[in-house]
Amino acid sequence: MLSFTKIKVLTIYIILFLSIFFASLNFKNNNLIDKKVNLGLDLQGGSYILLEIDTKPLINQKLQTKVIPIKKLLKENKINFKNFIISADNISLTIDKKKQNKFKSLFFRQEDNTVNNFISDYNKFELDLEFDRDKALINFSDFGLVSLNNAALKQSIEIIRRRIDDVGTKEPTILQRGDRRILVELPGIDNPERVKELLGKTAQLTFRLVSKDDGFGSEKLNTSEDGEELIVNKRVIISGDNLVDAQPQFDSQSNQPIVLFTLNRLGAQKFGRVTTKNIGRRLAIVLDNTVISAPQIREAIVGGTGTISGGFSFQESTDLALLLRSGALPAPINIVEERTVGPDLGKDSIDAGVFSLIVGFILVIIFMFIKYKIFGLVSNISLIANLFMMVGILTILEATLTLPGIAGIILTVGMAVDSNVLIYERIKEELKTEKSIIHAFDTGYNKAKITVIDANVTTLIAAVILFIFGSGPVKGFAVTLGIGIITTLFSAYFIARHLTSVIVLNDKEGKYFKL
Amino acid sequence: MDNKINFSQFFNIANIFSLIAVVGSILFLFFKGLNYGVDFKGGTLLEIRIENKSIQIQEIRSALQIPELGDVNVKQFGDAGDFLIKFEKNANENEKFITELKNIISKKINSAVNFRRVETVGPKVSSELLKQGVTAIALALGAMLFYIWIRFEWQFSIGSIIALIHDVVITLGIFSILSFEVNLSIVAAVLTIVGYSMNDTVVIFDRIRENLLKYSKLKTNEIADISVNETLSRTIITSLTTLLALFSIFILGGEILKGFSFAMILGVIIGTYSSIFVASPVLNFFKVTQKTLLKDDDI
Repeated sequence: MLSFTKIKVLTIYIILFLSIFFASLNFKNNNLIDKKVNLGLDLQGGSYILLEIDTKPLINQKLQTKVIPIKKLLKENKINFKNFIISADNISLTIDKKKQNKFKSLFFRQEDNTVNNFISDYNKFELDLEFDRDKALINFSDFGLVSLNNAALKQSIEIIRRRIDDVGTKEPTILQRGDRRILVELPGIDNPERVKELLGKTAQLTFRLVSKDDGFGSEKLNTSEDGEELIVNKRVIISGDNLVDAQPQFDSQSNQPIVLFTLNRLGAQKFGRVTTKNIGRRLAIVLDNTVISAPQIREAIVGGTGTISGGFSFQESTDLALLLRSGALPAPINIVEERTVGPDLGKDSIDAGVFSLIVGFILVIIFMFIKYKIFGLVSNISLIANLFMMVGILTILEATLTLPGIAGIILTVGMAVDSNVLIYERIKEELKTEKSIIHAFDTGYNKAKITVIDANVTTLIAAVILFIFGSGPVKGFAVTLGIGIITTLFSAYFIARHLTSVIVLNDKEGKYFKL
Repeated sequence: MDNKINFSQFFNIANIFSLIAVVGSILFLFFKGLNYGVDFKGGTLLEIRIENKSIQIQEIRSALQIPELGDVNVKQFGDAGDFLIKFEKNANENEKFITELKNIISKKINSAVNFRRVETVGPKVSSELLKQGVTAIALALGAMLFYIWIRFEWQFSIGSIIALIHDVVITLGIFSILSFEVNLSIVAAVLTIVGYSMNDTVVIFDRIRENLLKYSKLKTNEIADISVNETLSRTIITSLTTLLALFSIFILGGEILKGFSFAMILGVIIGTYSSIFVASPVLNFFKVTQKTLLKDDDI
């Protein structure tokens, strides 16, 4: 029907007005309604970093903690064993066949089990036990691995958040992606290299005594200063877990940057005890398996504070303090994907994108006007309205606009006229056989409706699939393309049709009907 | 109907032409393959801007003769002094790598260098992205097939899907021939091409369906001819406005959108051709008549 009820017309104008209002929010500041289209990292500059945790070392580490409880369990119950070996992901030992059932029942005991945690929520044990003749094999059950992984991931996200907050980046996004990945988005960051260094460090800090001889219970570690190897006791006196604070400072005598740390009560006691007993020996401060310094213990340190000096630059001492404050990552983390765009490139992209949008828009408008005259004008007005509605909806949704997103808008401009073209061409055909002009327009609109919907649904399908599978900038393209289709349908069937009806109904002499 | 072109007489020639193009594209894709960007191959991409605009591309190439980078590719990217560098090494194996590389380059060419864009994709992620891209395109084709099957008859849905595969294969074939880089945005372009070509095909199919019901005595080819002619001006106008928009992105939208808009331009042209010369003959092949529509409607 060409005629519109007053309420329909009013609704169209209200929607149009709202669209223009919301679209305009992007160009003004200090509004009551604080809504804006977000610029993607490719337009405002920034870093997209995808991290993946490597749980392999963690599995081994957790197995190490099981060694003493397992041995204790075996001894307490007089089960003889030999060939106790820990490998990367399992523990193997030899047990007499007769005792195997006993060990099994103890190992899978639901109550008071100090070896194998039973998680009642899932009715599953953390570890699995298998026998092959007289050999017993202990490894993590699938469930154990999942819960180990999840706990490590959660903890890592927390620590990464602390590190990034500490650096002071504006509006970072930190999200879990899948079961072992973390997505970090840092808009407008100046120095992504520094943040990457901070994110990648496990920051496992330990204080250990330096040994004289290279025997069992000690290991050779590199030192960061001169690369020489140092034999260090494996036993950890205190670790980063015992720290409550760490701050960068300048040493009062040498004026060198140092890190001042404060220990918790337990750590302070232990540190006091060990330093009292070992005056004169060297104490190695180990960060991620590298000795950062190994000073001599001159006097007992009982106050619960101490300093680390390792020939740092001020930046290095600041970063070390930050890492120590935020805590150690439970497992090593690797950067598996990184995309960084500098702010000047982002600005260039916006300029080029917007410029090509304007040019494309003008070209299409000129073309349509030449082709359809007054109805081209109608189509152009609805195209402009379409653009406002797109930006308005993007603003309401606070969607992220990316460079491909701008391309999506331009493409919509090109394709949006399709609906009007379909309709006008249809009306043209109708006018050949139909005597009543109003009737021709009416049938034209109605007959083209199915085609217009069919044609747009297919593009919408493509947009939805892109939205689901696309990442980052490409997702932005899917968003604008999808929104564009909806606003196109609205502008063709409401705005353009309304304007057409006004012209057709008022033009009794029929001077505009030459399409 | 001002323009009466007897399209169906070209159907056979067009089909032979299409077949050659598709087979040729497949051969190219099979033997030459696609020039995957870092998104799908893994490695590192740098967009750099050099302060000293007179530095030539050869100087950048020789500055980058560092064995550990692996295969290095340098090309001019937009204005003088702007270059795009790709190499195999994953720069994130060492967090300080980018900073060090920047120092090496600026020392060797003796000018300040600005790293405007850094993209590093690890081998695992790149293979996942490739798989995701292929899945997305396959899923889009499947969804289109299903939609047309519901809205029309199965013959129409086969016709449209053959046209779509034709478009995708030839577009990728041309990418292979030109060694054009294929990255994530090309996947987006291919999906949009699928949407656009489908859109075009649907318009013609809609008219064929309408005309099948209107003229009971005409042959499928004659109906196809009438329908293509009736919708021809729309097909041309829409392709033109879309191409106007795309060319403005291609020429003015900056280097990053070049590949995307190029793929789209190819796709729009091929898609328009295929709706007329590939999708419609399939209906003829299946001898779709009024009976087909009426019979299936009863079921």
